[in-house]
Amino acid sequence: MKPSATNAPLPKVFSREAANPPYKLPPPLFDARCRACWFTVALLMLVIASFVSLDLDWAAFASLEAGRSMYRFLAEFFPPDLSPKFLNKVVSAASETLAMSALGTVMAALLGLALAVPASRMSKQDSAWLRSPTRWLLNALRAIPELVWAALLLISAGLGPMAGTLALALHTSGVLGRLFAEAMENIPKGPGDALRIQGVGPLRVFAYATLPQVLPQLMSYTLYRWENNIRAAAVLGVVGAGGLGQLLSFNMGLFLMNKTATILGAMLLMVACVDALSFSLRRWLNR
Amino acid sequence: MNIELSGLQARHPSASAHAPAALQGISLQLGVGEQVAIIGPSGAGKTTLLQVLACAQRPTHGEFRLGGQDPWRFSTSELRCLRGRLFLAPQVPPLPPRQRVVTSVLAGRLPAMSLAASLRSLFYPTNIPAAYEALNHFDLSDKLFDRVDRLSGGERQRVGLARALLSPASLWLIDEPLSALDPMRARLAMTALVGLAHERKITMVATLHQVDMALTHFNRIIGLQKGQIVFDLPSAQVTRERLANLYEHHEHELDSDTLQPESDQDQAVPTPVVMHCR
Amino acid sequence: MSTPNSSQANLVFGGKFRDPAFSSRLFWLSVAILLLWPLTVATEFRPWVLWEPDNRKVTRDFLASFWPLVHDAEFMRLVARETWRTVAMATAGVTLALVLAIPMCLMAARVLSLSALSGRMDRWPALLRWCVRATLIVLRSIPELVWALVFVRVVGLGPTAGVLAIALTYGGMLGKVYAEILESGESHSTHTLMRNGSGRLQALVYALLPSHAAELASYTVYRWECAIRSSVVLGFVGAGGLGQQLDNSMKMFNGGEVATLLLVFIVLVAMADAVSTWLRRALS
Repeated sequence: MKPSATNAPLPKVFSREAANPPYKLPPPLFDARCRACWFTVALLMLVIASFVSLDLDWAAFASLEAGRSMYRFLAEFFPPDLSPKFLNKVVSAASETLAMSALGTVMAALLGLALAVPASRMSKQDSAWLRSPTRWLLNALRAIPELVWAALLLISAGLGPMAGTLALALHTSGVLGRLFAEAMENIPKGPGDALRIQGVGPLRVFAYATLPQVLPQLMSYTLYRWENNIRAAAVLGVVGAGGLGQLLSFNMGLFLMNKTATILGAMLLMVACVDALSFSLRRWLNR
Repeated sequence: MNIELSGLQARHPSASAHAPAALQGISLQLGVGEQVAIIGPSGAGKTTLLQVLACAQRPTHGEFRLGGQDPWRFSTSELRCLRGRLFLAPQVPPLPPRQRVVTSVLAGRLPAMSLAASLRSLFYPTNIPAAYEALNHFDLSDKLFDRVDRLSGGERQRVGLARALLSPASLWLIDEPLSALDPMRARLAMTALVGLAHERKITMVATLHQVDMALTHFNRIIGLQKGQIVFDLPSAQVTRERLANLYEHHEHELDSDTLQPESDQDQAVPTPVVMHCR
Repeated sequence: MSTPNSSQANLVFGGKFRDPAFSSRLFWLSVAILLLWPLTVATEFRPWVLWEPDNRKVTRDFLASFWPLVHDAEFMRLVARETWRTVAMATAGVTLALVLAIPMCLMAARVLSLSALSGRMDRWPALLRWCVRATLIVLRSIPELVWALVFVRVVGLGPTAGVLAIALTYGGMLGKVYAEILESGESHSTHTLMRNGSGRLQALVYALLPSHAAELASYTVYRWECAIRSSVVLGFVGAGGLGQQLDNSMKMFNGGEVATLLLVFIVLVAMADAVSTWLRRALS
């Protein structure tokens, strides 16, 4: 309400108005017209429905009896088995896991790059008719977790780390392919356009303009995925793909908890080393 | 390569339908080996004209011939062949930041290299002496193996110009080659470009904001204003009044010295005035 | 191209035109190739094995059994139920992970340190923060499958083990990233509030959350999508859901069921991805 422009005294009705006229009150907590309100309600209902429908066994991990059995269970882990013979086995399994993750990530980077090229639109004149089908392929590769890929590939490749390597390569190529394609679409178009105006073909434009701009980002993404892949590689053995996972499920199945503790320790150590290595490599590349 | 434009009209690619065309009724003839400078205020359509000449943008109306033929009637491979014979140097140097200067400069030669040679050149640059020569013309030969993002803005602009020297083009289209260069380097670059274009009989079209440089180095000046050619004269006939008319509402783009009437008619060389355009 | 004059001739022979980066590139390339060989040996990487006649036959039979897809009503009801269980497991897991992550990230964030307002942080607060960070890193480093294997022994088969495994691993992940998000950006407003006497929680709510809420929510939604995929993986060790069904069908070599389950799973992930992208765009 605009203040009165005239010099007439304010009408008496104003002195009886509330200090906070209705339109100045804070908005209601739930407004039927507000999309975010409906969304929050839906979220709350999803969470409550999840807990209710899953029929979780709260007693199993909240009661005193559960606490005692947990304590007894954890006590079996100590002391970890550090005999040289077993440590040898653990070290060789760990190196197998490390090799699986490294080779799988490298293969995924190459395959991802090969798929990212048709999956991205290089320039405004690019028809990019392969973009949608390739993106669907990348989404399918990415959606299926590594463990499921490993279980599927075991049928053809047999037991052993090769199935694990291929599984890591296939899943990670979906992830990296999508990341690479997005990176390639987001670079400045100037260098590529200048070469295209000169009539240079798409392969050479890619090599001289796109790749130099995008390579540090690609390597950074690949190294970051390696951190994730070492964790995945460590557990692929649970379905039979070799490495620490196979040793772990074997010893756990036989309830040899001391040996399991050593394996878990080795897993932690390897993950920490790879994380540190990946971090320092990424920093060195982007100096 | 000679150029013929007749009644050309072109729109800016992202312009709305109601906006006036970027170029209206442009008619122009350039013979082989001729060098021309295009001057005009910002927004006159200079860059659009260069884009049309480089076959990067299709004109909406009018006739456009390069080397006597309409490039937009060519097949894809013929057009690609034609593109190899022209070179456009944009105002912002199109250099990937982490690439080395030697590779960036040698990339100008790509239309003349085979696929195998181009890919091999990525691992070991094939013609380093040629790159050195080209950079030497712009006083940059010591930066041969440096990374592009470690150069200053002016150095990057000169690398973009050095690319032209290596390209197999017979038509050079240069957009604002001096915008980031100080007067001494600007003179050096302009002399090098014009001299080499003369030597190799290359047709050159350059857009400039530095009117004095244009008058000094080019024999023919074209004035563009609001998408239309205002004058197309030998540089001796470009008078102060014409320049003032051209830059009518953009006087700040011309230094005030240029607008004052000449007091001394006998002065052979006009004192160079630094134009602050942006 | 003009020939180089005599004063420059010695440059050609003097090696000025040698590419200085070539030797280091050659070195790194040889290192990479040399590293590749032991990797292929260690992983028993022999891709030609896939082409052996026996393996080819097995693969062909398995792939052929994918068609026709099994889509009778009873199986589809089962699939729908298991899909809901997978989503519920992921949601419950992420919710519990939030319960774990939020207090820990507040304890680990250096930006909320009162002692650091005036110079260096005191010894005990720094030690506490370091311990909390180390805990988060350890929680994050153990793959959830390992947690699930352990919990299946303790609480038995079923979704409880899966929910707990996701809660612990994702709690570590979320806590660490939340702490990093809170510490990024400028801390001027937070520190000003704390200097003028407000409590840490008040500074959090009035200064940190308004600037970082969108990023925090966006990362949580992304992790929820990852949790759905994790819960399928956990099904392989007995936590129920689509993963367990997939394991059963694969063990029985029932290609039709496997294909249906895979398709359902791909569609589920695509939908979760779409929801996640929409949410993230709405938040930023």
